[in-house]
Amino acid sequence: MGKKLLLDKVGVAGIQKYDVYRREGGYAAVEKALKALTPEIILDEVKKSGLRGRGGAGFPTGMKWSFLAKPPGVPRHLVCNADESEPGTFKDRYLMEKLPHLLIEGMITSSFALGANTSYIYIRGEYAYIYKILETAIQEAYKAGWLGKNILGTGYDLDLYMQIGAGAYICGEETALLESLEGKRGNPRIKPPFPAIAGLWGRPTVVNNVETLMAVVPIINFGGEAYSKIGIGRSTGTKLISASGHINKPGVYEIDLGLPVEEFIYSQEYCGGILGGRKMKAVVAGGSSVPILPTELILRTAKGEPRLMTYESLGDGGFATGTMLGSGGFIVMDESTSIVKNLYTFSRFYHHESCGQCSPCREGTGWMEKILHKVLSGHGTLRDIDLLWDIQQKIDGKTICPLGEAAAWPVASAIRHFRSEFEDFVKNPQSIQDVKHYYRLTGEKA
Amino acid sequence: MPKVTIDGQTIDVPAGTTILQAARMIGGDIVPPAMCYYSKLKTSGGYCRTCIVQVSQGSTADPRPMPKPVASCRTNVMDGMVVKNITSPEVLEARAGVVEFLLLNHPLDCPICDQAGECHLQDLGYEHGKADTRYEFERRTFEKIDIGNYIQLHMTRCILCYRCVKVADQLTDGRVHGVINRGEVSEISTYIQNAIDNDLSGNMIDVCPVGALTDKTFRFKNRVWFTKPADANCTCTKCTGKVRLWFKGDEILRVTARKDEYGEVVDWICNECRFKKRKLSDWVIEGPAKVNRHSVISQNHYESLRAIQFDTRLQTAVLNGHKSKLGEGPLNPNNL
Amino acid sequence: MAGSKKIQFSEKAMAYVRELIARYPAGKQKSAVIPILHLAQAEFDGWLSAPVMDYVASLLNIQSIEVYEVASFYSMFNLKPVGKCTIEVCHTSSCWLRGAEDIIRHIEKKLNISAGETTTDGMFTLKKVECLGACGYAPMFQVGADFYENLTIQKTDELLEKFRKEGKRQTYCNHLVDVK
Repeated sequence: MGKKLLLDKVGVAGIQKYDVYRREGGYAAVEKALKALTPEIILDEVKKSGLRGRGGAGFPTGMKWSFLAKPPGVPRHLVCNADESEPGTFKDRYLMEKLPHLLIEGMITSSFALGANTSYIYIRGEYAYIYKILETAIQEAYKAGWLGKNILGTGYDLDLYMQIGAGAYICGEETALLESLEGKRGNPRIKPPFPAIAGLWGRPTVVNNVETLMAVVPIINFGGEAYSKIGIGRSTGTKLISASGHINKPGVYEIDLGLPVEEFIYSQEYCGGILGGRKMKAVVAGGSSVPILPTELILRTAKGEPRLMTYESLGDGGFATGTMLGSGGFIVMDESTSIVKNLYTFSRFYHHESCGQCSPCREGTGWMEKILHKVLSGHGTLRDIDLLWDIQQKIDGKTICPLGEAAAWPVASAIRHFRSEFEDFVKNPQSIQDVKHYYRLTGEKA
Repeated sequence: MPKVTIDGQTIDVPAGTTILQAARMIGGDIVPPAMCYYSKLKTSGGYCRTCIVQVSQGSTADPRPMPKPVASCRTNVMDGMVVKNITSPEVLEARAGVVEFLLLNHPLDCPICDQAGECHLQDLGYEHGKADTRYEFERRTFEKIDIGNYIQLHMTRCILCYRCVKVADQLTDGRVHGVINRGEVSEISTYIQNAIDNDLSGNMIDVCPVGALTDKTFRFKNRVWFTKPADANCTCTKCTGKVRLWFKGDEILRVTARKDEYGEVVDWICNECRFKKRKLSDWVIEGPAKVNRHSVISQNHYESLRAIQFDTRLQTAVLNGHKSKLGEGPLNPNNL
Repeated sequence: MAGSKKIQFSEKAMAYVRELIARYPAGKQKSAVIPILHLAQAEFDGWLSAPVMDYVASLLNIQSIEVYEVASFYSMFNLKPVGKCTIEVCHTSSCWLRGAEDIIRHIEKKLNISAGETTTDGMFTLKKVECLGACGYAPMFQVGADFYENLTIQKTDELLEKFRKEGKRQTYCNHLVDVK
């Protein structure tokens, strides 16, 4: 069993409450940071830790922080990206619901390091009930003197506010999130300039994921170096994995980066194997946008080495035979799953969530969904499969923001690894009917 | 001054120049087409993706190529940058893809569209697109919205370039015009039939690259290629009064702003000049205007289109009474 | 309906509106538009009519179109009347893998409506929605601010019965306004 850095206290009764959290050692990182450390030292510790953005892109957090412009007299902001919406990902929700004060602690520490005096948590609208949990925790933190003016008598001021969204996946993209926080449509901005130069209201801004900001707490408590010793190579520390689909124990797990994929799926400590003892067919390892891999490639790389839960190992082989760690949204599919139908749900999702600003994504996502619908209605042709391939290529890399890639990659990987399934549907439309009976409700016969 | 090379031609440009502007300074075939960028409208560009180019060398200081094609209208040149536009087959292929996306839901109702003959989408399709479409689904439609007495909105033709929204934002006070809804069903709209009622709103017609916003007073009056343009002026308190008149005989059918070689308005004009002054005595005629008509229709270039190959399989199938595979759904040559 | 009563926030809601606006720097009050629209939707019968959006615009001193642009972009804002209880069933990948379609079909049959429709008594609206971030507890639906997870047919029936009995309007603000 790996070390738990974020979830070590999750089982403590009442840990959502300030008193309990504090009694269990909470806010020690803020104390240490504000009293004993300087912003430069904190930045250095975060750099040393090797922490990489946990929202999906995996960009080194310390480097992102160091890009922040610091023009004199201009306020800077830290914004927490709690707009978790990538299908298959629900770890931030779990973290915020169970450990609201850990996020606040991470945000105070990070805001101090960045020299921000007003910070925001942008949470997706659907998480309205967590909004209240966090709002309550923030009020507690204000009352206890961790927020507000002259925190711990150090002269450092910080206001922390919640901001709620209203249903738009695209707001997880950091510039769309900032637009939304400014009270506008969630249209991603054209970059440059990057938020580090001109972000919220044109001011220098850092946007970090929930889990990233929480990870700053153990980094400050135990030191960046200690954190960097967990994991393998450039994949340091622990990672929260959201596990869902046809597994016995779906849920959120904190793993040491470097855990073998096979162990994660089959051990009782984690997913507990495939539902009903069936065979596994495929896995989407990092949220819906990363390439889907068939069993043989998710368990072992093309070179035959065991696939590990790290940025590098999951990426081994590129898109030809590999995938990405992404947000850690782990969707497992058993042998009964129709890859085409699953892909359809992804394509429908991206079509629904396209903001409509740029033409390849606005037009292409809908087109792909319609073709997949046609295939699933028994009207598909072999040429449709090639057309899908061509459309995804014409979207990939041609759009303003990464939603284009996110929509293209699932289509590309499904065709790359499961082309025969598409062909079966086209050649034998009757077989689609058979698939439909596999949609199963847990514990009940469909 | 940064030095940039585009398709082998090198030019020194002021710092802060975009790749597209640099290409326009060089001129000729290497200028990327632009459907949403408009030099006179701040923050325009970046949406349509037709102007994408390959940056094969970022700069002298950092010669790495950029990993993805970039929107030339929104990317500033760096000293020593090397750009490939028409010399990159990948760019041309990607651009053809963008043209296909833009035309995907376009109604192609050019025969009844007042914009035909001066439509940038027609030009784009002609110059960068392919002769056939691979889209076989119903094209999207919108509920008709009346946006006042002077401007006709055809949302089905819109390519969401945002130029009209920027005009409303940057030229007029009290914006009532904007983009509503999301994704594929986004539409420019005043939402609840709010009339667009201000002195400069007519400029939206001139910036619209397609037939989404057209002049209601000119509606179905004539095809633009049958009308003769002349530059004219008048003394106007609201604008420069420098306009272009479009004649049939000596009747003024339409008044627009004057446009440069990239189809951009030279001087914004007011609604009174545009919609109200239709008598010869309202104007001082300067002389015939030279119009850059490179559109397929006005050039009679049909013969230079590569031979269109009709798919005879479909006709044959229909004649033979062939039904599509499952007895329903569109009859598609590919299904046969 | 919104038209039949005066469009005006209660004192309590207004206090919350002022507090929301105070979260942003002077002149950046537009930032509060989304939370205020949530509040307006909850206060004014579960949807945003044009007069309600105009009212929100006037509170924030911005143009109405700026509110329409935002309200029509985000999927949680209803621009048409909905039932008292909107059942939003997630049907993206993980939920689909665990039987979301069975749940949708069952509710459709039970309420005698198709997804996207409202029951004739105005009690229920059924919506199919994309990923709500409950993938590990699938299948699930959201009603108001609450998630109902690990659904079975039986559990779904019990919940429908509960909502019908309560008979009250379910809003995303169930938890929002009472924070203080």
